[in-house]
Amino acid sequence: MRYVDEYRDGRAAKAIAAELRTLVEPGHRDNLMEVCGGHTHAIYRHGLDALLPDEVELVHGPGCPVCVIPLGRVDDAISLAERPEVTLASFGDMLRVPGGRRRSLLEAKARGADVRIVYSPLDALALAVAEPEREVVFFGVGFETTAPATALTLLRARRENVRNFSVFCNHVLIAPALRAILDSPETRIDGFVGPGHVSTVIGTRPYEFVCSEYHRPVVIAGFEPTDILQAVAMLLRQLRDGRAEVENEYGRVVRSEGNAAALAALDEVFAVRPDFEWRGLGAIPRSGLRIADAFADWDAEQRFEVPGARIEDPKACRCGDVLRGLAKPYECGVFGTACTPEQPLGTCMVSSEGACAAYYAYGRHRRRDTVPA
Amino acid sequence: MCLGVPGQILERLDDGLAKVDFTGVRRTVSVAFTPEAEPGDWVLVHVGFALATIDEDEARATLDLLGEAIAAELEPASNRLLQGDRG
Amino acid sequence: MSDGVVTLADGAGGKASRKLVEGLFLEELRNPLLEPLGDAALVSANGTRLAFTTDAYVVRPLRFPGGDIGELAVNGTVNDLAVSGAIPLALTAGFVLEEGFSLDELRAIAGSMARAAQDASVSVAAGDTKVVERGAADGLYVTTSGIGLLDPRVALDMKRVRPGDRVLVSGGIAEHGIAVMFARGNLELELDVESDTAPLHELTAALCALGPDLRWMRDPTRGGLATTLNELAAGAGATVVLEEEAIPVRDDVRAACEILGIDPLYVANEGKLVAVVAPDAADRARALLRALPLGAGAALIGEVRADDLPLVLVDTPFGGSRIVDMLIGDPLPRIC
Repeated sequence: MRYVDEYRDGRAAKAIAAELRTLVEPGHRDNLMEVCGGHTHAIYRHGLDALLPDEVELVHGPGCPVCVIPLGRVDDAISLAERPEVTLASFGDMLRVPGGRRRSLLEAKARGADVRIVYSPLDALALAVAEPEREVVFFGVGFETTAPATALTLLRARRENVRNFSVFCNHVLIAPALRAILDSPETRIDGFVGPGHVSTVIGTRPYEFVCSEYHRPVVIAGFEPTDILQAVAMLLRQLRDGRAEVENEYGRVVRSEGNAAALAALDEVFAVRPDFEWRGLGAIPRSGLRIADAFADWDAEQRFEVPGARIEDPKACRCGDVLRGLAKPYECGVFGTACTPEQPLGTCMVSSEGACAAYYAYGRHRRRDTVPA
Repeated sequence: MCLGVPGQILERLDDGLAKVDFTGVRRTVSVAFTPEAEPGDWVLVHVGFALATIDEDEARATLDLLGEAIAAELEPASNRLLQGDRG
Repeated sequence: MSDGVVTLADGAGGKASRKLVEGLFLEELRNPLLEPLGDAALVSANGTRLAFTTDAYVVRPLRFPGGDIGELAVNGTVNDLAVSGAIPLALTAGFVLEEGFSLDELRAIAGSMARAAQDASVSVAAGDTKVVERGAADGLYVTTSGIGLLDPRVALDMKRVRPGDRVLVSGGIAEHGIAVMFARGNLELELDVESDTAPLHELTAALCALGPDLRWMRDPTRGGLATTLNELAAGAGATVVLEEEAIPVRDDVRAACEILGIDPLYVANEGKLVAVVAPDAADRARALLRALPLGAGAALIGEVRADDLPLVLVDTPFGGSRIVDMLIGDPLPRIC
């Protein structure tokens, strides 16, 4: 595949790995947070951690929009799906996410709820047009990468006056989450591997505060193995030089100004909530999007009543610590035992990009104590 | 951070849509956010939307860096030999 | 199984399916013939060794690029016999038809079965038909059973697999599952991938010439190559290590999987076999397969390693490795 395979060159990866060994200070650990669930997944899928010097510690971050959805919002989606007139259209990832009492959309579907998997919000809108007797609700999840797609879909819904379509909006913003992590007293992160695809929309400027206010470098990275390794090299060079700048490894798709049309769509269709609850991170101010008043007719939260309960994470669940980079998956007491991909306790284990899922799926053989007997 | 796949525009369709080819798999994709993209251009697609055109020059520049890294890996051995000769 | 009801995950061929079979059916039906949980039961009668198997076909849609439910039903059962080391002798077919189902469609499906049976050198020798009310049976369900004569040159068993043995696959993976997923039409994608449904009896007969060097074979259907190899790892009590770059996948199939965020290792095949052979027989095994049209893409993809962990690992080109776990539920397309 073009623009993919070239960046999976094993020789180049090993060459960069050799260079990384010259960029570390023996005995001194560099803690680098890879914010994005897609990076976590790529690292484990390709076994890239084998190529990193011991001095580089990769810490997983909260950039997994499925992982950060609180239990209460999952329950709200389930309650919508259980309404007889509603067809809930959702990305596949969300189906196995546990809400309160470990119920999920997949289970609701098994018990008769009309839940359908879609690849794009436009497919959900098409469903509403094709089935006018159904109330189609799209479960909108994702960062600024995905929110523009929902925005455009709502613009189209309004333009074509599709009355049986609405969105249950759970879109979140990446920069406030980074700030929350940096403000957390236990955080020990020296630099960030920045999310590649979010940045195609928001550009590179939103990360500048990380450098100017917190003096940590940020390198925006693509998702292929050489992209990630190259970004680590760029971060280490900055750390050795004492620099803290935003650099862009993913220049082939990320422009510093981002995508103006996508940002304009976000501005028109969404408003920022005063705060929004993130699983494990608590309420973060101005971090979540809601549907703007002009589109109230297509806002599922206006059209339907949802329980809106705030449900505590299970006591044993350490998703919050994992999402903030304070714990590794295998340091969670229930990892692989009470919490597995088939019976997940927390979202980190069920999302295909969650750190726990990635570690369980790909990496648990590297530590004998994490493999179930 | 979410799944973005590179594809090539085959043709522009009505209503801000385009047919995109991904190595033999084709899909109708919205190009509302990449209105300047033409047939033949490569775009990054996420959940049915093209988010950016792929800049050929930047792509090549990144690959060149990889090539340099490989070359640097192969070089040091011969350099060390030369330096050894110089005492 | 989930809180007392069957879920779709139980039919996907992965961990949940296994739990249902072991936790419910095996518990109730327990007997020595069933316990190995192989693709076919091995039955002896008066010194003659036979293989006996059954399979139900509920594929939707009934027709898809490259085949239909009828062809699948014949090839699937032929293949279960073939990979057990048996020459297929005869099949039976049971039909559950929904009231109102088109007779023209039924004739077309029966015709497909006839052609598939001919290609596999078997007959559909007996059958049964039931009709249920409109609304049940989703059009048509087919169950086929088959009987075959075990090849005396081989004694196939997972437990005969040893460290150092090599793993082969007969060609490109993931084609059937992708073809069917797209034929369902709700993913808005176009592609030219066809189901690989085909009878494997000629390929398996060729491999049986290896005698005791052929340890075990299976056709990786639901749950894909990953699920089949996990069963091997568990049954053989060893680690199976694959080389990522050696696994054959067609470019467009790979692209489709990439777009959907599915790993091709988990996608169903209906015309491929996986075989484990002694190390010295590896090259010959590949050559035997490549000499036949259906085996043109045969590849050596990995080996068995002595380890107390029954896992499947894939070595990446980056010097690392990752686990390939058994399928959990259905391969839901990944988005974020």
